[in-house]
Amino acid sequence: MVPTLSGRIQTRLFLLATVGVIVTLLIVPLLPGPARPLGGRYVNALLILLAVAVLGVVWELIYHFLMQFRWEKDWPTLFGLLTLVPEGLLLYFLLRSGAVDFIDPVPSAAFWMHFTVVWICVWLVANGPMRVPFIRWRFRGGRVL
Amino acid sequence: MYPREAQLAPPNTPAPAGDLTPELLGAAEWSDQMVAAAGIPMYDIPFLTVGGGMGSFVTLDYLRIYGVPTSQMKVVSNIDTPWQTYEFLTRCSQIPRSERIRSDSASRPDNIWGFPSYGLQETWKDKTPAYLWQLLTEPLLNDYWTPRAGTVFESLEREAKRIGYWDMLVKGQVRMVRRRVGGGYFTVVTPPEGAAPTKRIIFRSRFVHLAVGYPGLKFLPDLQEFRTKHNDYQHVVNAYEPHEQVYEFLKTRPGTVVIRGGGIVASRVLQRLFDDRKKYGLQTQIVHIFRTFVSGSHGPHIWARRKGGDGWAYQGFNYPKSVWGGQLKAQMRKLEGAERAAKYKEMGGTNTPYRRHWQEQMRAGRSGGYYHPVQGTVDRVERSKDGRLVSYVRSGDGIVREPVSDYIIDCTGLEADISEHRIFADLLQNSGAHRNPVGRLEVERHFEVKGTASGDGALYASGSATLGGYFPGVDTFLGLQVAAQEIADDLARRGFVRKMGPLRSTSQWFKWAFNTPL
Ligand SMILES: Cc1cc2nc3c(=O)[nH]c(=O)nc-3n(C[C@H](O)[C@H](O)[C@H](O)COP(=O)(O)OP(=O)(O)OC[C@H]3O[C@@H](n4cnc5c(N)ncnc54)[C@H](O)[C@@H]3O)c2cc1C
Repeated sequence: MVPTLSGRIQTRLFLLATVGVIVTLLIVPLLPGPARPLGGRYVNALLILLAVAVLGVVWELIYHFLMQFRWEKDWPTLFGLLTLVPEGLLLYFLLRSGAVDFIDPVPSAAFWMHFTVVWICVWLVANGPMRVPFIRWRFRGGRVL
Repeated sequence: MYPREAQLAPPNTPAPAGDLTPELLGAAEWSDQMVAAAGIPMYDIPFLTVGGGMGSFVTLDYLRIYGVPTSQMKVVSNIDTPWQTYEFLTRCSQIPRSERIRSDSASRPDNIWGFPSYGLQETWKDKTPAYLWQLLTEPLLNDYWTPRAGTVFESLEREAKRIGYWDMLVKGQVRMVRRRVGGGYFTVVTPPEGAAPTKRIIFRSRFVHLAVGYPGLKFLPDLQEFRTKHNDYQHVVNAYEPHEQVYEFLKTRPGTVVIRGGGIVASRVLQRLFDDRKKYGLQTQIVHIFRTFVSGSHGPHIWARRKGGDGWAYQGFNYPKSVWGGQLKAQMRKLEGAERAAKYKEMGGTNTPYRRHWQEQMRAGRSGGYYHPVQGTVDRVERSKDGRLVSYVRSGDGIVREPVSDYIIDCTGLEADISEHRIFADLLQNSGAHRNPVGRLEVERHFEVKGTASGDGALYASGSATLGGYFPGVDTFLGLQVAAQEIADDLARRGFVRKMGPLRSTSQWFKWAFNTPL
């Protein structure tokens, strides 16, 4: 899929709300860290997902701007994977610094495991299986609606 | 065209029953009675697609998957398999089944979802994980991964069987499509000799789809002139026609070849010449004439600059990648008239992919002194005293070169005007169709031919003839699928078939995966 601006944003929100939530529900009990009630850990992990979505809208604006320098106005598969590095780092430092105080600090190992697994699953789905139920999605620049 | 037809059946001698009559030829719209009076057998079929190449195939594939039974659709064609013309053209232009084509891994004309992509399929089949690495890193660290021609043909055959393609095929040449009084269309077909008792048969349909491919090939004027003047079709050839004699000759003695054109076909022909040179230890000299010699990145501003060099403009596919679904597709969809033509111009132009292997071969050729790329326009071609070919090439800097060669290969791939095709000529003249800003057939965003509506029926077109419309990538597998989807969705709006949502799409995908016949 080669995205348009609205397509990028919609795809991100849609995949985080579906694939992201499912993967989070499956993975949270397996994450390392001090024993705390599962309910609280779930809420926290879902809030992190929400932060990825909200910050993501800004990131997508930046990616869209950078894409303009590409003649083909495309976004290679590898970019979709590697952007996990700046996005992960920014969120990690925001959490560490306490700037997002409604999310409890999580141990680094747990954060990175959760973040990376969700990211890779979303990326994999966006690069193929997404086209199975949504046959119009790739021709509309990633718009779901 | 019409006067000649009229001569065959002048008004005073009655036409043989079952052929077109002057009355039919002269009327823009036909009634059922007029057709009956001409004695031409008539068959009803709700949906008819004309051409039977890749465009017809992907359209039927979509509609079969959306749920239309084979009894409701027919395809009229002069070829036996949907890939026949494509395979002929690719083979001539040096892409045998084992070579890789231009379009990417997810352009799968046998699979409307594009998943699993050809890349995953070939990885699995060849047990070659290196393909996955290439897919992951294309086009940054690697060339685009593209499938073998053979992979495409084999998977098309599987899908054609699955959807019952040959149950829908009618062999014949379509002569024209005319509007029907009361709605829908008549399609006039000339069946093969002996296949029908009358010279023509007619299909009466509510919907007709035209996918007849290229209206015709055009030669560079100076080359055409030479061919006609000297009646020599052996030494001046088009890359889209069989020209093995060139390569065979070069195996027997050293020779020089002039190549014209800067597109992918020129790249392919070069590769063949370089490959043969190495394989058989040949001495072939190559003079490559670019009319537009691209020496570096080019474009009006930093947001619109394409890579290039050594004569070529480099681009993965024939249009920038986002025309098939991204930003450029969305932008073009909104443009009309002159603005649209300007956008086409901005992103168009002959180009070829930057492939590492080709780059190496050309580098070796330049430094080895046997590959000579030059800029120039050719004024004329003449025969030398010893029977070889002299090209008179004028460069932008005023220098005139006169390379002498044994062969000239025209790789420009010029296409003829749409009116060279009888069906389009007839549509433009009789059925209200008109041209788009770049001179081809104007179609709606859903690929209905503008101006040709007839009652509750619709006439659609896809492929090269519709270039210049709201969607630029028409003449590609993926573009033909984009068109097919628009058409299928339009037919759903008109109640001909049920629109396909996520659940049905998923269940249909499983049927594809398990090769369940529809
Ligand atoms: C050398 C070459 C390589 C290409 N490589 C790629 C690639 O890698 N990827 C890609 O996506 N695209 C590629 N294309 C472009 C395009 O996808 C193919 O050309 C494709 O075959 C176009 O499909 P079509 O249905 O428009 O035409 P065709 O497949 O040519 O089918 C049209 C058919 O209609 C028949 N026909 C015409 N008039 C009549 C009539 N009056 N009655 C009955 N039948 C008629 C013709 O005989 C023809 O068989 C390539 C094109 C060429 C020439």
